[in-house]
Amino acid sequence: MDVLTIEHVSRNFGGIRALDDVSLHASAGEILAIIGPNGAGKTTLINGISGRYHPDRGRILVDTRDITRLKPHKIARLGIARTFQNIALFKGMTVLDNLMLGRHVHMKSRTWRCGLYWGLAQKEEVEHRRVVEDIIDFLEIEHIRKRLVSELPLGLQKRVELGRALALQPKVLLLDEPMAGMNLEEKEDMARFILDVNEDLGTAVVLIEHDMGVVMDISDRIVVLDLGRKIAEGTPTEVRGNPQVIGAYLGEESAADWAARR
Amino acid sequence: MEEGTTLPRLLLRNAQRFGHRKAAIREKDRGIWQTYSWADTLAQVKSFALGLAALGLQRGDKLAIIGDNRPRLYWGLSAAQCLGGIPVPLYQDAIAKEMQYVLDHSDSCMVVAEDQEQVDKVLEIKASLSKLKQIIYDNPKGMRHYDDPMLISFAAVQEVGQQFEHEHPGYFEAQVQAGAESDVGLMCYTSGTTGFPKGVMLSHRNLIATAENLRQVDDLVESDETMAYLPMAWVGDTALSVVLAQVTGMCVNCPERPETVQQDMKEIGPTVLIAPPRIWENMLSQVQVMMGDSTFLKRTLYQLFSPIAERVASLRMQKQPIAFHTKVLYQLGNICVYGPICDRLGLRRIRYAYTGGAALGPEVFLFFRGLGVNLKQVYGQTEIASISCMHRDDDVKLETVGQPTPGTEMALTESGEIISRSPGVFLGYYKNPEATAEVLRDGWLYSGDAGLIDEDGHFVFFDRTNDVAQLVDGTRFAPTYIENKLKFSPYIKEAVVIGQDRPWVATIINIDFDVVGKWAERRGIPHTNFTDLSRKPEVYDLIHQEAVRVNAGLPASTRIRMYVLLHKELDPDDEEMTRTRKVRRRYIAQKYEDIIAAFYDERPEVRVKTVISYQDGRQVEIEYTLPIRPVEEVDMDKA
Repeated sequence: MDVLTIEHVSRNFGGIRALDDVSLHASAGEILAIIGPNGAGKTTLINGISGRYHPDRGRILVDTRDITRLKPHKIARLGIARTFQNIALFKGMTVLDNLMLGRHVHMKSRTWRCGLYWGLAQKEEVEHRRVVEDIIDFLEIEHIRKRLVSELPLGLQKRVELGRALALQPKVLLLDEPMAGMNLEEKEDMARFILDVNEDLGTAVVLIEHDMGVVMDISDRIVVLDLGRKIAEGTPTEVRGNPQVIGAYLGEESAADWAARR
Repeated sequence: MEEGTTLPRLLLRNAQRFGHRKAAIREKDRGIWQTYSWADTLAQVKSFALGLAALGLQRGDKLAIIGDNRPRLYWGLSAAQCLGGIPVPLYQDAIAKEMQYVLDHSDSCMVVAEDQEQVDKVLEIKASLSKLKQIIYDNPKGMRHYDDPMLISFAAVQEVGQQFEHEHPGYFEAQVQAGAESDVGLMCYTSGTTGFPKGVMLSHRNLIATAENLRQVDDLVESDETMAYLPMAWVGDTALSVVLAQVTGMCVNCPERPETVQQDMKEIGPTVLIAPPRIWENMLSQVQVMMGDSTFLKRTLYQLFSPIAERVASLRMQKQPIAFHTKVLYQLGNICVYGPICDRLGLRRIRYAYTGGAALGPEVFLFFRGLGVNLKQVYGQTEIASISCMHRDDDVKLETVGQPTPGTEMALTESGEIISRSPGVFLGYYKNPEATAEVLRDGWLYSGDAGLIDEDGHFVFFDRTNDVAQLVDGTRFAPTYIENKLKFSPYIKEAVVIGQDRPWVATIINIDFDVVGKWAERRGIPHTNFTDLSRKPEVYDLIHQEAVRVNAGLPASTRIRMYVLLHKELDPDDEEMTRTRKVRRRYIAQKYEDIIAAFYDERPEVRVKTVISYQDGRQVEIEYTLPIRPVEEVDMDKA
């Protein structure tokens, strides 16, 4: 069952074709990696899914619902959560508050009720806090619960951002370079969390990542983009041996050399 | 105390006496302190014990316990005791290979493991443990796809137990009644600075008598609160969090995670605390760093008032009168400085704080006494069920470990070794009568520690006899003494002093990466990792000042002449330290013989090779050049 379907999506920026007739799908409980050289259109694709901007042509479906033209907050409510390449947390707020914000789409109390607080709004907040505490436990960030995000090292900030996305309890989790700038140990931790999210919560994960070791290790399927086009799709082993992929990464001539040497 | 009692009987008594009215154990979970009363505790222990019985745990069977301090692990420990089984707590940070030895040697048939991390280690060595039948885990996180038939969750065991209760009513109570005070109630493996760990068998009587002896000195009561944050395998934790808690009915608090201890302690405000020197040293460094980062006003106040605190503390210790104006200043300091610092550290409500396990540097000791923390030296061994000698409230002396507790006799042999005799002296080492005979002679426990008795009847403890070193010219010195002086610096985490059969003293130093890292950051000194930072000339300059300071307080003959900042942190995983974080001097001397040779050849630098094992199994050999710096001449000029 596909939770996310992308059909023939194209997007231009001025004269540049960032995405060119890209189709792909992600099924429930799957880790799908999107790889490709710089400027291949990976982030554009993620931005298109989360509604940051809309495709010029093509359709994007969540389950069977068309979300192509929806606003980002509506898309979030349908169960699509994301993290950003350059962390987009509220730096002046605590970890806990950032995570509680992730629950915002699920909060029913509106201005008046929240203003009064005691009673229903309080009860609701306790429920949300419980969900958030589960995530804190899950990501092992108890010790920084009350710390300001700006005080934290990058690796932990990335983890908090993942936490905020999880607070939405999403069906599909879009991760834009979750391991950029991390050291080996932090990468290992992050990889483990992604696998745990995927296995324990059954969340579909769409992952953009440059670290090929990680991609090959944890993803079920890989889609390769180059210059806005999808040039390959398949399991890690299939993709690894694909000459077009090697070409895209190393340049055509080196690929030929490489093939010849084999 | 009634004669012939056992820990399970005390548990029944507490449940009856306090019921739901008093907390027995707390655990921080989801950011909130969850409290279990004595009645809850009994119910939990009972269902788990019956579950163990249903799974086949017999009297005398061993139950290994591995993990951080969690209520369920303490319940597991009590449950085994209730059935007449023997709990064997293990160090949670032990690597699989070390665990394999203890699990195998102790004949453990079941293991209670805290989480996936511990379960993975046990599964890794499972094939070599023929007696192991069951692995019980507390936290199921990450174990969804584990299908090993040996695995069962803590909750599932309790369910089995409830079923068992229906079929065998009264079984639990009968087992508790069948227990005798002479039964083995706990088996602790001593980390041992040499050789394989040995299983110390302690009876209920050993454990309870030792606790009662301590209580005659310090009146621990049911309203006391303590923090359980030290390894359960260390007898100091069991003595306090299990035995004294059962004896008095006081409440034990388990922190949320090892990283949150400081915050949790601040919230709880324990009244009783035991910690090895390392923890006190860390707390002190933390205060020093905090003050360095603080505002001008706070820093000035701190600098103004801390000498007063230390003066008052040392006058009190020497039982000398304190001038009126000093008293006034001290009270003022208490309001402005000492109180807030204690509050930050979670020490504000402390009635009794103990340091034991190794010698604590006098500077650190004085610092906490000055803050108004009733810190006392305690002395003991695993073999005597923890504490046998301690300071009295009104009789604390800097360099001593106090006097024997009532019920304990202590003496010195002709060679100056400390020996003791008390109802707490252990039954023997498990399956090792030779080793038992070596330390247990005519009811006396031979500690292997050198000591003396001062004019007030206090014992002074010199560290392990074999650690008193001698230079070639016959000058005797205690490496630990110099090391402690070095470790008083917030920048120095660990130091190993060398000089046995050598012409002069040299030392290998581990910088404190957090503190020195911060220091370097503030000065804009770029660094990548521990190795890189350790080799920076600026860092050498920094440590140099500390070495000069230490030398100023040492007799000329035992001053540090050379030092090196080691490129890696000393680590129990590399066998350089014991699990209780005592340096294994002999092993280090062997491992770093190149460095030591370079010291005495007076070379300016030394090349060392290290093998780094990556997690994927690859091994790479890397060679570093470590500078060696001389200190003494500089100092001599000044002198």
